[in-house]
Amino acid sequence: MADAALLELERVETFYGLSQVLFGISLAIAPGEVVTLMGRNGMGKTTTVRSVLGLTRARAGSIRFCGQEIRALPAYRVAKLGIGLVPEGRQIFPNLTVRENLVATAANRASAAAPWTLDRVFGLFPRLAERSNSMGTQLSGGEQQMLAIGRALMINPRLLILDEATEGLAPLMRAEIWRCLAGLKTAGLSILLIDKNVEALTRVADRHYIIEKGQVVWTGTSPQLEAARDVQHRYLSI
Amino acid sequence: MKAALDARAPFVVILLAGLVALPLYTAASGDQFTLTLFTRIVILAIAATSLNLILGYGGMVSFGHAAYLGIGAYAVGIFAEEGISSGFLQWPFALALSALFALVVGALSLRTRGVYFIMITLAFAQMVYYVAAGLDRYGGDDGLTIYSRSQFAGLINLSDSVQFYYLCLGLLLVSIVFTWRLINSRFGMVLRGSRSNDRRMRAVGFPTFRYRLAAFVISGVWCGLAGALLANHTDFVSPAMMYWTRSGDLIVMVVFGGMGSLFGPLFGAISLLVLEEGLSRITEYWQIILGPLLLLIVLFARGGIDGLLGSIRREPLVRARRVDLPEPDEASHHG
Amino acid sequence: MLLLLEQCLNGLQFGLLLFLLAAGLTLVFGIMDLVNLAHGSLYMMGAYFAASFVAWTGSFFAGALLALGATLLLGIILEIVALRPLYGRDHLDHVLGTFGLILFFNELVRLIWGPAGLSLPLPPALNTAVDVFGIYYPIYRLLIILVSLLVALFLYLVVMKTRVGMLIRAGASNREMVGALGIDIKLLFTLVFGLGAAFAGLAGLMQAPILTVQIGMGENILILAFVVIVIGGIGSIRGAFVAAVFVGLVDTLGRAFLPDLLHLVLSTTAASTLARALSSMLIYLLMAAVLALRPQGLFPVAGR
Repeated sequence: MADAALLELERVETFYGLSQVLFGISLAIAPGEVVTLMGRNGMGKTTTVRSVLGLTRARAGSIRFCGQEIRALPAYRVAKLGIGLVPEGRQIFPNLTVRENLVATAANRASAAAPWTLDRVFGLFPRLAERSNSMGTQLSGGEQQMLAIGRALMINPRLLILDEATEGLAPLMRAEIWRCLAGLKTAGLSILLIDKNVEALTRVADRHYIIEKGQVVWTGTSPQLEAARDVQHRYLSI
Repeated sequence: MKAALDARAPFVVILLAGLVALPLYTAASGDQFTLTLFTRIVILAIAATSLNLILGYGGMVSFGHAAYLGIGAYAVGIFAEEGISSGFLQWPFALALSALFALVVGALSLRTRGVYFIMITLAFAQMVYYVAAGLDRYGGDDGLTIYSRSQFAGLINLSDSVQFYYLCLGLLLVSIVFTWRLINSRFGMVLRGSRSNDRRMRAVGFPTFRYRLAAFVISGVWCGLAGALLANHTDFVSPAMMYWTRSGDLIVMVVFGGMGSLFGPLFGAISLLVLEEGLSRITEYWQIILGPLLLLIVLFARGGIDGLLGSIRREPLVRARRVDLPEPDEASHHG
Repeated sequence: MLLLLEQCLNGLQFGLLLFLLAAGLTLVFGIMDLVNLAHGSLYMMGAYFAASFVAWTGSFFAGALLALGATLLLGIILEIVALRPLYGRDHLDHVLGTFGLILFFNELVRLIWGPAGLSLPLPPALNTAVDVFGIYYPIYRLLIILVSLLVALFLYLVVMKTRVGMLIRAGASNREMVGALGIDIKLLFTLVFGLGAAFAGLAGLMQAPILTVQIGMGENILILAFVVIVIGGIGSIRGAFVAAVFVGLVDTLGRAFLPDLLHLVLSTTAASTLARALSSMLIYLLMAAVLALRPQGLFPVAGR
């Protein structure tokens, strides 16, 4: 796994001001894998994502993407290297239309052969095509989530990171998101998922990391996680 | 905060001693200019101290404090022009008018925050500027000369520069002690609490608006007093005293000296005026140096002189910066 | 009636000049969250550059164009050297830092061009008047109105129809996310600031022949520009446009007709004194009213 890793974190430590949040996170994602980051609220999941993106600079440790050290890079450079972020809370641009949200930051930097285009994203999310001229604020929660995913896909990333992509959504909408992610996986996209729905995650993802109080406390494959009921109970309050 | 003095204490004592002894030096050396300069410094220090109450401790960036200097000064000037030179009538009127203006401006402005507050206080000060410039009877744009300083029935002779200097110095010390007592009282606690977290203070039950308005009015009154002193010092009042760049100067003094510190405004007033004097001897275009210097200080010495002195003994504080990032849930769970 | 029309045109012209300033200011504040008091200095530099370049080249248009370019360049240099360190800081830091820049520019101008103001004469071709609905109105003022409206249209097209415009609008509501999606925000900031500087310089050079070229001219109009963006809603260009025209009209019409109105009611001396004071105060009273009733301004930007 070491030499072929797409994203690799090694003993990453991150602070917010004087308060330490990550106490040495290590994890890895291989190309084509879907990996999850689980844990209760406040344990460091979003901070890990922010550290990878460079939104909150990690103070120690190493973060490598395709072998390149990215810990100290500004966010836009990390994104340009090929990481697409679907942030917690969706954070779509409220004063842009759906179409503008998708197009504004779109790019194809790696000159991919069959890149994500507006048409392709509309094909994946027909609902967005219908509402392409609506302002961001006029969308429902589920539509905003689809838009956030589409927006990240439009930058043609090698790794897609989704932070709580199903939070606050109705069950039908959640199911559609999971279906969509499964489809993306089949298409070969590497994905890092933060979520709480263990059942759905074990179906979609290959491997899992559980974070507690800023440290990785368990890692394993989906079958292993399903079997480890005590782990689920202890760290995920199942 | 018992207005901790640590490394600053000896410095302050020496400074005060020097200020008290100044007239002795100037009498001996015949250097009238320095006495005049330091009288002006002390008067502006009173104004800066008044601003520090709401800016340094209360976090209210008033960009219109020069208005009170003008109001206090014009009160004296107008009364003098109309033949009333008794300080017993002029000065209370100056203070009352300043209080009234502060009450109105504060009531309207304190409902806003941040840059809106800055702009609205600036705008109100400009209004006073224009009113004064429009008073043709009292000199309009050109200003008004005062031929007789405020009279206090022989108790004190303001035309005597030494007596006047000691009056100003005395009032400065009173204003500092007043600020000290106020800040360390319950009132001050509420004021400072509402600066860092207004919502929490209100949740606890304090009507923070009233406290902040009261502080705003108190600040305006002290500044009006400085204005009355200034009018007597320069024997002249003009709208230029209230032009918004004068308000900027006051803010510079407060920040330069160290916000939220008792003697900071005094340090600031001394520094700014002495710096202006010094630089203007080097070059006629001294503001070319002062301008960028100000920017550099903002960038690198944000705690001002007081901060520099304080860090000699204490650990340097982590400078609080306004970080404009969405708050992830982790941060709020960490103490 | 004819006087009213003339004053309305004057008010429109003044308002559009204010818009040029306010647009830059609101963009910079809206996107970069930077309170820039030195914006007025760029306005001043535009006027001074124009006076010099026109004298040097002998041509009004060539001089104006050069002045515009020079102000744009100056703005970009200023942003990179002096303003970048201020991003993310407290607004008070911005106020103090840019206040220092005002002092610097005023003295710099005094050093280079001297303390007396300059004049910028109009070429004969522009120094005439045309018949507009029965009044003779200076053609140069019409030109100012035209150019300003074109700039407003240009800005509208850029912001609403181009990708850069999308990024500017996105950046106004969520700067961090724009960066997280691969856009170099710093470059975007420099671009926005440069645009604002160019507009300020344009306003300065356009009004130079009819109003003034002197030290400190930036501060007077800066306050008005801030009033405009507060009324219009910080970050909103549409708001700046509406508010600027409104403020321009109120200020001009107020100054023109208030004395006469007051004379109807009060004695001559009282009316004159009150009129002078009141007409200057009118704009600030307007701002106070807007802030009291609708603190976010007339067209607040979503997401702030």
